[in-house]
Amino acid sequence: MSKNKNSFIDFFASVKLALFVLFFLAVSSIIGTVIPQKKPPEAYIELYGDNMAKLFQVLDIPDMYNSWWFILLLGLLCLNLIVCTIKRLPNVWRMVTLDNLTTDLSRLGKMKERKTYHPSGSINEAASQVKNSMTSCGWKSSETEREGGILLFAQTGPWSRLGVYVVHASIIVIFIGAMIGSYFGYKGSMMIPETTSKDTIFEFGTGKPLKLDFSILCERFILTRYDTGAPKEFLSDLVVLEQGKEVLRRSIEVNDPLHYKGHTFYQSSYEPYNKFLVTLTNNNTAQSERFLAEPGKEVKWKMGQSDITYGIINRQATNEPGVLNYKIWFDDESGEPSTFWILDGGSVSVPRGDTDYTFTLKEFFATGLQVTKDPGVWYVYIGCILMLLGLTAAFFVSHRRIWVFISNEDGKSQVLVSGTSNKNSLAFEKTFEKLTNKIDSDLSA
Amino acid sequence: MTSSQLLGISTLGYLLASAVYIATFIFKTKKSGIIGTFIILLTFVIQTVGIGLRWYESYEMGYGHAPMSNMYESLVFFSWSIIIFYILLEMKFKNRLLGAFAVPFAFVSMAYASFGKGINQEINPLIPALQSNWLIAHVVTCFIGYAAFAVACGLGIMYLMKATSDNKSTESLMSTLPDLKVIDDITHKTIIFGFLWLTGGIITGAVWANSAWGTYWSWDPKETWSLITWFIYAATLHARFTRGWQGKRIAWLAIIGFFAVMFTYFGVNFLLSGLHSYGSS
Ligand code: HEM
Repeated sequence: MSKNKNSFIDFFASVKLALFVLFFLAVSSIIGTVIPQKKPPEAYIELYGDNMAKLFQVLDIPDMYNSWWFILLLGLLCLNLIVCTIKRLPNVWRMVTLDNLTTDLSRLGKMKERKTYHPSGSINEAASQVKNSMTSCGWKSSETEREGGILLFAQTGPWSRLGVYVVHASIIVIFIGAMIGSYFGYKGSMMIPETTSKDTIFEFGTGKPLKLDFSILCERFILTRYDTGAPKEFLSDLVVLEQGKEVLRRSIEVNDPLHYKGHTFYQSSYEPYNKFLVTLTNNNTAQSERFLAEPGKEVKWKMGQSDITYGIINRQATNEPGVLNYKIWFDDESGEPSTFWILDGGSVSVPRGDTDYTFTLKEFFATGLQVTKDPGVWYVYIGCILMLLGLTAAFFVSHRRIWVFISNEDGKSQVLVSGTSNKNSLAFEKTFEKLTNKIDSDLSA
Repeated sequence: MTSSQLLGISTLGYLLASAVYIATFIFKTKKSGIIGTFIILLTFVIQTVGIGLRWYESYEMGYGHAPMSNMYESLVFFSWSIIIFYILLEMKFKNRLLGAFAVPFAFVSMAYASFGKGINQEINPLIPALQSNWLIAHVVTCFIGYAAFAVACGLGIMYLMKATSDNKSTESLMSTLPDLKVIDDITHKTIIFGFLWLTGGIITGAVWANSAWGTYWSWDPKETWSLITWFIYAATLHARFTRGWQGKRIAWLAIIGFFAVMFTYFGVNFLLSGLHSYGSS
């Protein structure tokens, strides 16, 4: 029974399984890059025929990265990592926290890097000299009395042995973050016409409406273009409203979203309407009104006794790419109607007899926002940081240990310096040589 | 001087350097190796100035973006990364013969950028989603990783050539190469270095996608292929570290891994479709 249990654990702890899983993940991931994903069933029948399409449905190929077998494979990777860690970590932890002053002395004489010296002074003198030499080379040593002499020990980077385990743990952390995101998060979109507010998101895929407990007002949407006419930047001025009251105001761009209450609002698209936002202000009375005007249609505004009528009657390109100039016809029943040109997004002052109006015009858009709620993203980011730190420790920091045993051999002092490093032995060889040269010259000085 | 002239000169420079390094290897002429190093350093400076000038030119044109936004610019940057990685390697290991197996990659990349079909060399404006500092971090980290993997592939080829040469005439040629053990060690270290940067590249890409689209991972073909590549190198490291694979097997894995890199880089753009289609112009 216990033997069975052990072989079961050994199987899940084995690196062989890890190699198999990694290989299988790599190969099976290819499928989803070759066969289009998340298309309607008819698309697969058309592309691959009836039988293949049926097989695909059985194996979840149309959404393979969420299929039971792919998730199982990822789960197997996690299980493999966890079991392997549980099995190995205690030993590694022992290496990290080991009291190296209790090391078996007979091992010191067998290490690959070692040097022996015979200084003339007593062992106590030699010990303090060696200690100084080590300190000046950056090795902080501790010491103890051992049978027949004094043992000094110094080390660097014992914790780097944990680097590999930090990398492995980081993978688990990233998976946890991804799972939190897929269970507690969602993605959707909303289209908000300028000057209006909305509080409903439509979930991607299902189209299900989701109501927020706050609403988003789009005050203004701006589209700028390169001189090739291609869009350069979309920008929306958004206001967050809680029970109709403004609580936050922010402009967003494509790479610069708005964060509020765990939701992120990304600028993703826009919709033109071929309508125009016009504000008209009577500067004498400070009366003002906002209109949604369509080109070629008359707009009327009853203001006191006089009726104002205006319309957009023509448009013209300008030297500025993508910026248009609009011709306005304007009448307030005080003499001949005026006509004037106004740039998109501009403002014009219209003097009419003893009154003076300000006329502004801007093309009317709805801003397209993508909305996500992903409470797991910070776990994923923390996992990523852990992974980079762990990899750096695992690859570039080694655990180096130096022992010096100073003993009395036949009435003469003997100094045995020995050391090991768990990786990059070439570089350690050089470091060791530097240290022993220093010890040698200090002892013989 | 315009940037495209300077980059044209660097293509020639890397061709010349490749020829000199290969000649040094075949004819065992130590002196010509020094000439190779000189050409490489000079060409590298010219190319660096060329890339900087292209950056400046994009500001002059009113677009103002780092020269890493389309296939042409990424190929130039790829060759630049290979060369800087190679120069550091040559300095560290004091061996010029590595050049014969590394510098040609940089030349091929430049040649493909200059003469490849469908490679657009113009400086174009960036669509809004690409206007991000994370994009620059993403491209730089990925390409440093790719460059290391290219060199590891060259080292793998070098290893296999030396390990399989058995007749007398090639043996004397191969004897100038470093010991098999040394090549193996450098290959391993190069893969480790590349793996770290590839990891960084995938992470910066995820952060960028999250800041632009709200999804750090969407299994788009390019993302998936970079993960496949990452799995292959992760498996390579484990096979070596815990199962003691060495020599020929690691050399083969270095070559196979680089095929995955190349597919991530080109294959996805030309054969598959996805978010990263910007690279196809
Ligand atoms: C994609 C997933 C994985 C990554 C990125 C990863 C990363 C690493 C890295 C960077 C090292 C250090 C290698 C070196 O120093 O050359 C390592 C070592 C190791 N890995 Fe993984 N690993 C992964 C999955 C696994 C799995 C599933 C297992 C399960 C058995 C595993 C078991 C080990 C073991 C036993 C070591 C050696 C540890 C030691 O010496 O104490 N790894 N891993």
